[in-house]
Amino acid sequence: MMNWNAICTVYFKELKDSLRDKRTLITTIVIPTLVIPILMFGAGFVMTKVITKAKNETSSMMILGGEDSPKLVEAFKSNEDFRVVETTEDFKDKISNKEIRVAVDIPAGFEATLAAGEVPDVKIYHYQGEMKSSMGRGQVSGFLVDYRADLVEVAFKERGLPLSLAKPFVVVSENVAPPEKVGGNAIGGFVPYIIVILCFTGAMYPAMDLTAGEKERGTMETLLCSPLDRVNIVMGKFLMTFTASVATMILSLTTLGISAMVAAKVLGGSAAGAGGAAGAGGSGAGAVLIDPMGLVGVFAMILPVAVLFSALLLTVSLFAKSFKEAQSYVSPGMIIIIVPAMLGMLPGIDLNLSTVFVPILNLSLVCKEMLSGVWNWEYIALIFTSSGVYAAIALWLCVKMFNREDVIFRA
Amino acid sequence: MIEANNLTKTFKDKKRGVVRAVDDVSFRCEPGKIYGLLGANGAGKTTTLRILATLLKPTEGSAVVAGHDVVSAGSKVRAQVGFLAASTALYGRLTAREMVTYFGQLNGMPDGQIKARLKQLADELDMHDFLDRRCDKFSTGMKQKTSIARTVVHDPEVMIFDEPTLGLDVMTARAIVRFVRDCRDRGKTVIYSSHVMSEIEKLCDKIGIIHDGKLVAEGTLSQLSERYGETDMEEIFVKAVGGEAALLAAAEKQA
Repeated sequence: MMNWNAICTVYFKELKDSLRDKRTLITTIVIPTLVIPILMFGAGFVMTKVITKAKNETSSMMILGGEDSPKLVEAFKSNEDFRVVETTEDFKDKISNKEIRVAVDIPAGFEATLAAGEVPDVKIYHYQGEMKSSMGRGQVSGFLVDYRADLVEVAFKERGLPLSLAKPFVVVSENVAPPEKVGGNAIGGFVPYIIVILCFTGAMYPAMDLTAGEKERGTMETLLCSPLDRVNIVMGKFLMTFTASVATMILSLTTLGISAMVAAKVLGGSAAGAGGAAGAGGSGAGAVLIDPMGLVGVFAMILPVAVLFSALLLTVSLFAKSFKEAQSYVSPGMIIIIVPAMLGMLPGIDLNLSTVFVPILNLSLVCKEMLSGVWNWEYIALIFTSSGVYAAIALWLCVKMFNREDVIFRA
Repeated sequence: MIEANNLTKTFKDKKRGVVRAVDDVSFRCEPGKIYGLLGANGAGKTTTLRILATLLKPTEGSAVVAGHDVVSAGSKVRAQVGFLAASTALYGRLTAREMVTYFGQLNGMPDGQIKARLKQLADELDMHDFLDRRCDKFSTGMKQKTSIARTVVHDPEVMIFDEPTLGLDVMTARAIVRFVRDCRDRGKTVIYSSHVMSEIEKLCDKIGIIHDGKLVAEGTLSQLSERYGETDMEEIFVKAVGGEAALLAAAEKQA
């Protein structure tokens, strides 16, 4: 029989016990509040620095040929964005070795060909996938396009033609999405993904400690000698695991939000990159806005999933004889939950009557919608109910396991 | 009072198939008496005692402990039982006071009663010096005292001891033996298992010899001595189980 007094007695003892355990404190409090923000803030900071530095640096380049085209060569040399180095035969190696970013091949008789009205090729050598080389390629090609536009302008003037002939109309684009929609789409998939992982890792350590850990230390048998019905012991332990899971989530989200805001302030305008690197914290970076009600909705939807994770982790760990054994059962679970959480981030996978019942994936999808201001109440109700049903089954299974002597006294 | 009637417990084992860990065991333990369960490792002592403490359910047979059936009224039985085994450890991150208080609460005792009981136990067991220190820093003696206090905080009618002196130093073991006698003198029903002949010989009013899951002999020391024509407990034991060859065979079966 369920007895709330007994459940509370077990719960508060487990809470006290866990708060005295350094390992639990590290995984549930220290890592989410300190380590993750420091890592993400640090990564964002370093990334911004590197990108800014690369952008500010002049592109080192090599000009191949061009002896008979002094105007173009001179234009490159006099441009402050480029640093033209001496031409050598091994320019490809130099690009590969990142000694220069790009090389421009000006064909022989380039200016003479132009004057004759023909269309010569100018080739840019670059190294695809290398950030600095790509930047250099962009700069050189932009420069050449501008140079070509100037030539067109001169030619039109010489012939007395209006410039609008070359550019009959202008293309402009305007964003109609409200800012929170942009935010929802940009990071809507990422927030539930990171929350699912945190929800799991928060529950992981206490679940193993309160079951396999107790068996290993010999306190499980002591506890089972008490007159409590096992369901009360399970519920007390479950509530503790659930508390740790929720605490980890709240702590991480808070610190991530704060560090993202700090990052936005410290790193200034270039914080968009840093914010992106800071993951969920992107919401606070100012570049994108997130509907706060969406966050509340996400939190409400994750609660039954936290129940599910806590109960499943307790069930699986209870089977193990030692903490180490429990770890080897539980670790693969992380990969199992990451897959549906990641699927939710992919474009093209939407909520429908088949995805709505897939645990974790449905959460990921509905969170993406809620964060972009879409409240599809029928789906929300279906997902909450189905998650609740899965959670209840997991909890029932957990109580069942605690009543199996071959599991409790597994030798 | 403990009454075990035809208790049987079988396990499924991958290598050995169905194992009869306890096989049709019946006995009675009276209040104010110590019943000793003597057997080699793996003879079925722990399984029998775990059934009496309701940690395991018997496959067949029944047992009544302190007036309640172990299968149908498990929590009522546990409320009247103090179970102390080598395998029942303390929570390392709790202090002795918290440990004893926790088990008082689990037994549904009100706070005032727990406090008074804790004071009384700390006086009796001389625990005041380490009452507020964490159990993981304890010596074996301190641990054992705290375990005893944990076991008896709710003043149970029936005490079950499963090899309580296993791995303890002489002084601590003696303190345990003294405590077991105290329990008897206070009129509690005590069942005590061990594979140490001398302990059983000194301590127990009635002895049951268990071998390969079966209770092969039972009686007072003098009755057993008369039946097997030996005065030494070890000789009685070996004769009761059917000779050294039988002991060896049982040990091999387990390996």
